[in-house]
Amino acid sequence: MGFSAVVGGTRHIFADLRQLLACATPFRSGDALAGLAAESAAQRVAAQRALADLPLRHFLQEAVVPYEADEVTRLILDSHDAAAFAPVAHLTVGGFRDWLLAADPAAVTALAPGLTPEMVAALSKICRLQDLVAIGAKCRVVTRFRNTLGLPGTLSIRLQPNDPVDDPKGIAAQVLDGLLLGAGDAVIGVNPATDNVENLCRVLGLLDAVRDRYAIPTQSCVLAHVTTTLLAMQRGAPVDLVFQSIGGTQGVNESFGVSLALLAEAHEAALSLKRGTLGDNCMYFETGQGSALSAEAHHGVDQQTLEARAYAVARRFRPLLVNSVVGFIGPEYLFDGKQITRAGLEDHMCGKLLGLPMGVDVCYTNHAEADQDDMDALLTLLGVAGVTYVMGVPGADDTMLAYQSTSFHDGLFVRAALGKSPAPEFAAWLQRMGLAGRTPDRLPMAVAGLL
Amino acid sequence: MSAPTLWRDLRRFTAARVALGRVGNGLPTAAHLDFQEAHAQARDAVWSTLDVPALQAALGAQVVASAAPDRRTYLLRPDLGRRLAEGASFTPRPGCFAIVVADGLCATGVQAQAPALVASLTTGLQRAGWDVAPPVIATQARVAIGDAIGQALGAAMVAVLIGERPGLSALDSMGIYLTHAPRPGRTDAERNCISNIRPGGLSLAEAVAKLLWLVAAARGLGATGVALKDEQPALPLIEDQPGGR
Repeated sequence: MGFSAVVGGTRHIFADLRQLLACATPFRSGDALAGLAAESAAQRVAAQRALADLPLRHFLQEAVVPYEADEVTRLILDSHDAAAFAPVAHLTVGGFRDWLLAADPAAVTALAPGLTPEMVAALSKICRLQDLVAIGAKCRVVTRFRNTLGLPGTLSIRLQPNDPVDDPKGIAAQVLDGLLLGAGDAVIGVNPATDNVENLCRVLGLLDAVRDRYAIPTQSCVLAHVTTTLLAMQRGAPVDLVFQSIGGTQGVNESFGVSLALLAEAHEAALSLKRGTLGDNCMYFETGQGSALSAEAHHGVDQQTLEARAYAVARRFRPLLVNSVVGFIGPEYLFDGKQITRAGLEDHMCGKLLGLPMGVDVCYTNHAEADQDDMDALLTLLGVAGVTYVMGVPGADDTMLAYQSTSFHDGLFVRAALGKSPAPEFAAWLQRMGLAGRTPDRLPMAVAGLL
Repeated sequence: MSAPTLWRDLRRFTAARVALGRVGNGLPTAAHLDFQEAHAQARDAVWSTLDVPALQAALGAQVVASAAPDRRTYLLRPDLGRRLAEGASFTPRPGCFAIVVADGLCATGVQAQAPALVASLTTGLQRAGWDVAPPVIATQARVAIGDAIGQALGAAMVAVLIGERPGLSALDSMGIYLTHAPRPGRTDAERNCISNIRPGGLSLAEAVAKLLWLVAAARGLGATGVALKDEQPALPLIEDQPGGR
């Protein structure tokens, strides 16, 4: 089935839904790399007009990746909740945008199980940044493990104490630095330098000991491959959250060495440990536009639509945390600060509409055309959009992954600028430790044995 | 060393930017400008180039280029960086171990470390009974260029030594990607990676030991990637990493 719209006296024709979505996407280098980007500004706006007129129901009939060939497509269509979809089932994509901008948060939040990734991706393509912010801010997603994340008026921080060789003291010093600067309520999460089960068990033990020693109401995670974490659980390691990078097609997930069945196995294993005290959201996923093209598993679909499809994988497992690592993948997918900014806000809104506790790693690499000014702008916009959490890295410099994310100071800034607090249990802990609103020169905790 | 009692004492334990101070909720001016300086140097490092004649003299290697004609194209078109330029030819050496030295996203670390690492690795591989092919230097190259080179050589495995994206604290980092039965189309899940090889990170000796362990395990398993778990006993840690800045 084809689509068309007239712009400037020319009728632009789009062969199928994939091409319509791709041509309607605001320009980014990854779609150009894939040969999917609109050929002109006029063709792009024609696609946006045609897309705005498309009934939302159409997305239940035409899959962008074939149902027979892809387990993510099957998950999306087989788990669609028609009752939740009912309030917007009569709308077009354009009508849906208008409805969302006028709706109250409860009505928007209730839609989540009735929305598919392709519907929200289509919506995002006809949104300006302010629409992405306004709609994202209406979604309420609350998750719990040892604290409560996502409450209105809160903004949480993942404390990311990565060390180039997983040195325990190097990690511990960064954890303490983050705690002194109010970070760590989303998770204390280490990206391991080497995906080795012995090493994983050692770092998990360290993080759990720190949390236990200072009675911090938070959770820890070592972001190893899911199969390594399964091995660690078999060895009795203290696994709070199971982490995995995921994507929006079966093929990209295969390139990550995972499947829905493997994720389900890991989810069951983590649930059986019953380590959460306030709730049982025990999965942590990372995503990012461009991963499917990078794995040559994109099926001719634009990178933002595929990113939204990754959220369908995530929500199947009721995660505690999901974040797009928006600027990490590099300039071939998101070239500069402008493209990173838009993608970060798209990812946040799409994830939230689908019911995910969406954070964003506001970040860039040194081969992208971006700098700290771009990060300040995106961080502030995401704060206004109600982002669930952002990263906290000492001085914004991750010495292991060699990229720049948001710093502990950035977390303090955005909370203060927007009147946000940490998760309530963590805020109370900061208060008890004398760390609310200040960082003393003298450490407020004993560190003998740790450092 | 006594246990720290002050915030600034944390600097003794990590090269990360800890204990930077706090002015209101922001960074003190000196820390802010330190960051800006490091970012400026990293930006320049991305555009650094491999001194091919010097490396070739040290390695006695064949030199090939990727299909990316220049740095900007390389940054925007990773597909070209994974392919060989037209006209590259190799003398087949069935069953050999291939070593590729690639510039990647920053040439500095490869330039400095590759000669010693290749020498040590070659000795270790030969001791384990491998026929090691002469190394190949690849410019404007991504990791997967090793698949094309490995296939052309008929190699049983390929190790790609490649410059890692420069960070603010490390402009000289190298990674090694090991791929069993290399051929174009291999995915990243079919490789094993050792990263952060640099002074202050993983040492050359540790990297070579780890790689030789992976090579032996991959030969036994007949595969690299997620099927091959790095279960090598953890190496003894170096006490008191050089911290502070």
